[in-house]
Amino acid sequence: MPDTQALVNDFISKLKKRKIEGSQATAKQTAELLRSVISQTRVPYTNQAAALIQSVKAVGERLIAANPVELAVGNVVRRVLHIIREEDLSLTTAAMAGLNLSAVSDDEDDADRDNQPVLSAAAIAAASRSTLRPPSLQTLLEDVPDSAAIPHTSSSGGDSEGKSKSADKSSRSRKLKHDVIEAVNELIQDISTCHEQIAEQAVEHIHQNEVILTLGSSRTVLEFLCAAKEKKRSFRVFVSEGAPRYQGHLLAKELVMRGLQTTLITDSAVFAMISRVNMVIVGAHAVMANGGVIAPVGLNMVALAAQKHAVPFVVLAGSHKLCPLYPHHPEVLLNELRSPSELLDFGEFSDCLDFGSGIGAPLLHVVNPTFDYVQPKLVSLFITDTGGHNPSYIGEMYRLFVVSACGEGMNFKSEIMRTNCIAEGNFVKSSIRMRGINFFGKLEDRKSQFFCGCGEM
Amino acid sequence: MGAQKKGATARVSEDPEELARNPLQAILLADSFATTFRPITLERPKVLLPLVNIPMIDYTLAWLESAGVEEVFVFCCAHSKQVIDYLESSQWSSQPNFSVATIESHNSISAGDALRLIYERNVIHGDFVLISGDTVSNMLLTQALQEHKERKKKDANAIMTMVVKQSKPSPITQQSRLGTDELFMAINPVTKQLLCYEDKAEYSKGFISLDKTLIADNPSIILHNDKQDCYIDICSQEVLSLFTDNFDYQHLRRHFVKGLLVDDIMGYKIFTHEIHSSYAARIDNFRSYDTISKDIIQRWTYPFVPDVLCGSTAIKVERQGTYRASDVTLSRSAHVGSFTFIGQGTKIGNDTKISHSVVGKGCTIGSNVTIEGSYIWNNVTIEDGCQLRNAIVCDGVIMKSGAVLQPGVILSFKVVVGHQFVVPAYSKVSLLQQPTQQDSDEELEYADSTSGTGELQSEKLNGDIAPDLSETASELGTGGVGYIWSVFEGVQDEEWRHSVAPIPTDKLVKLMLDEDEEQLTQDGNVLSASGELKADSDDNGSEDENNEDSRDDYVFFEKEVEATFLRAVHENVKVDHAVLEVNALRLSYNMASVDCAGAIFYSMMKLAVESPHSSASELLKNAAEMITKWQKLLKSFLHDIDEEIEVILKFEEMCLESAKEFAALFPQVLHLLYDKEILQEDAILRWADEKEGADESDKVFLKRSEKFIQWLKEAEEEEDDD
Repeated sequence: MPDTQALVNDFISKLKKRKIEGSQATAKQTAELLRSVISQTRVPYTNQAAALIQSVKAVGERLIAANPVELAVGNVVRRVLHIIREEDLSLTTAAMAGLNLSAVSDDEDDADRDNQPVLSAAAIAAASRSTLRPPSLQTLLEDVPDSAAIPHTSSSGGDSEGKSKSADKSSRSRKLKHDVIEAVNELIQDISTCHEQIAEQAVEHIHQNEVILTLGSSRTVLEFLCAAKEKKRSFRVFVSEGAPRYQGHLLAKELVMRGLQTTLITDSAVFAMISRVNMVIVGAHAVMANGGVIAPVGLNMVALAAQKHAVPFVVLAGSHKLCPLYPHHPEVLLNELRSPSELLDFGEFSDCLDFGSGIGAPLLHVVNPTFDYVQPKLVSLFITDTGGHNPSYIGEMYRLFVVSACGEGMNFKSEIMRTNCIAEGNFVKSSIRMRGINFFGKLEDRKSQFFCGCGEM
Repeated sequence: MGAQKKGATARVSEDPEELARNPLQAILLADSFATTFRPITLERPKVLLPLVNIPMIDYTLAWLESAGVEEVFVFCCAHSKQVIDYLESSQWSSQPNFSVATIESHNSISAGDALRLIYERNVIHGDFVLISGDTVSNMLLTQALQEHKERKKKDANAIMTMVVKQSKPSPITQQSRLGTDELFMAINPVTKQLLCYEDKAEYSKGFISLDKTLIADNPSIILHNDKQDCYIDICSQEVLSLFTDNFDYQHLRRHFVKGLLVDDIMGYKIFTHEIHSSYAARIDNFRSYDTISKDIIQRWTYPFVPDVLCGSTAIKVERQGTYRASDVTLSRSAHVGSFTFIGQGTKIGNDTKISHSVVGKGCTIGSNVTIEGSYIWNNVTIEDGCQLRNAIVCDGVIMKSGAVLQPGVILSFKVVVGHQFVVPAYSKVSLLQQPTQQDSDEELEYADSTSGTGELQSEKLNGDIAPDLSETASELGTGGVGYIWSVFEGVQDEEWRHSVAPIPTDKLVKLMLDEDEEQLTQDGNVLSASGELKADSDDNGSEDENNEDSRDDYVFFEKEVEATFLRAVHENVKVDHAVLEVNALRLSYNMASVDCAGAIFYSMMKLAVESPHSSASELLKNAAEMITKWQKLLKSFLHDIDEEIEVILKFEEMCLESAKEFAALFPQVLHLLYDKEILQEDAILRWADEKEGADESDKVFLKRSEKFIQWLKEAEEEEDDD
């Protein structure tokens, strides 16, 4: 335990000092840290899942507070929480199926249950509420027959096989932790391979002799372009330099090293060049629940230019960048102001920052924001590691989630969801209708994992 | 780009084995050995004073940690217990890979003593960073450290690398940013070796002298006056032993650096490392406290900015650089302006206006309060209707309703300002009485030698507070508690220099004039173009010489007027303001407006001559432009004919002496002045009459302008005829 504590502190201080660059690295390290937290957590006999959730939550809250701008941390924490709930649910259902009649007393809330050995369906509902707070879309859709069946079977039975319980419990507790760690490993795997998975789709999007424009530098974009190049596509890339950090320069260098025809332009030349461009491909810092993108500064301008000339604006984002929050939410820090020294040299301008004379207030103010917000309507396509989506689809996923959660009568502590329900009230209705029409056709279980169970933190 | 670089350099620093063998160490002096922050430092050590609501030492330690230092020795002297307690309870005691050890001493009176003590402890095993606990920086040490090590390998005598930063002197005044004296450095541009280090105190006479051998030994030398010393030094072990060998070294710069530069027997060398994009500055006095706070709020020190450093308490940056904690209670009608920091749990009442200020934790601010450019620390109560401008208000202060703090006021801990009391500008108020036995000359000379005793005294005084309180109540109005410190004699005029308040305009003008004077002196020495200037330069050099000769007075006055005029030209000051300033000068020098007119005209013509021109006609054009533009200024001092004649005489004098180029243009300029209605014809004719009887040599110009005068006379007659 002290070991993990040190790890956590170390990671927090790194996050605080902004020492970890890039959301992929952050996401991966967060997942690895949480894995070690889980493996170090001592699980009690009862309520294992709750114990795990509690410890992950405690660490997660500190991590998020350490760098609220890096949304990937929160996303990964939510995903891990979700994994715990999922695993717990699947174990519970498995146990219930296996033990059939004794399933009830084997459930999480043993302590509560001991007082009232005979249970009603209502108690079961309460139990399932405590084990898995937000039922994922996956379970909603696929396990509906199963979970619906459980209450029926269990409510009819009492507890009879008390002795087999304890042995089973210990194996279960080990199993839960083990399964969770397995699943987190999978998550880490997913995060670290997301570049490749996104890049795999490159040939479908980049065609022969096309001109691609990008801004700044993103590893995802680099891999994506290189993957297309490897598949013998020949195309040209315009790289906008991405002031004031000029990461575009590095990207241009990398692209040239890999043998791509590259043109470097200034950010302000984007509008002039956009008419020659077939597609804009950029990376993102985070993708919000409404399909809006938080991206390196300057991208909104590019997106507007692309819209003006009807050039497709494609955003590449690993699934760890998908965030269940809305940009208008006060919790979301949309921006971080970095040092003005990236814009201008302190020495040269120190005479303008002389507070000793005049009114004593600085007349020169340098603003250096890190991010831009790109509205969902400006984005043509998201390419994630699970395939391409259009922005309204991402929004829809979340809306559906809200509807299902509210419909189930879940007690959402999280204020986020309440505000969303109000804010998106109109959409809720429409998306209910939508569900009837094309919901099942669209959903695949892999996709649903990312969006579900993300609401609560 | 910066990020990439950061990653790359971080890796480099891990690679070399030497770094692995010797963890990088740092000595942090948690005592400035100075008295600039009194009276506050009588009760709390300077390094624990909040800077934008975070103790200064946290900025320093955070930087050291991120720069890759692994072991820090904090040297505490004054209030050592407070520093140690703070460090033990803070996050720094539990950091992985970063150990903070304290070294306590009670009898060290200077940085030299501190380093000698550390040497005795034998804890430093290699190169170390020497820094004081009041330094804010975000620079990367790796490069400087590598340079230092490489130099050391090549030349065992390269024992110290000093970090410097470019800081342009403002057009108005030198070094007003940090309130430090002007600094002069001579650096070899190739090797970056420091050859000379002088701060203003030592070359106030207007010149500096370089050793001849320096010029002989170095193919090129660059003299800088725009470098700021960041007080971050990378030292080799030898530095400590040097301090021990030379037991009279006290001050790091004044004694140690100078000693090394002068002493050529040992041949030790100091090098400089200049930083460009990163920030580094030391809080030396209240002015730099103000400046650095504003720099932090403007995020020059990123990532060492409040919202990042105390991330957990959720301080958010809002528009226009306003930092606000999440649980601030702000009245709807209160107005929080730009570049303001408001700490946790602070309550702000109706119609209160706050701008360019820092308000700490748990403060209660009433209604209709105005706070501008002030630093309010924690748990301060400010009642309705108070006004604060450019003040520092320490923890626990209570300001009763209607109290006013004028610019530059320092209220130390727990002072109570009475109802509607006005604290005069630049006063320092404390619960402790001013130490009296210390204003000996020694302190002024040796400001760093007293903090040790200061502490003892404060302890002694602490016992005395209670009985004294009732008796002092009147000093700060009804219900007020605290003593207003009187200022040392002689230092009184200098208070504004180091205060948090911006430099008042009159001082600014004076400061600038002083500087211009100096420049003139230098010009005179170098150019010696005009005999007049050269003659005066000696008098200028020793300003305090008591030659009350009126002639000299006039020369001074003329120069001041010229400086004012030049500034008016360069900064587009309104004519009315310039008139006011010249009038003020006239009064202070006890001159007549005749003199003003002469002096202004002289400056105008001088400027015309100095501005580039290739031919006489261009010069005339210059002059015409100048006269057209500033005729209003000139006219406001030409009330009667005598003054106009004075202008002509002045001009004549100039043509003979300082601006001979005008000699040929004399009649044209005269005509011009007449055309612009600056000179009336009467004045010109009177001048001509007067000159009629003068020597032959004096009549040169009269003869040249004979035609013009003739024409004037004829015109007059014609008019008469009409």
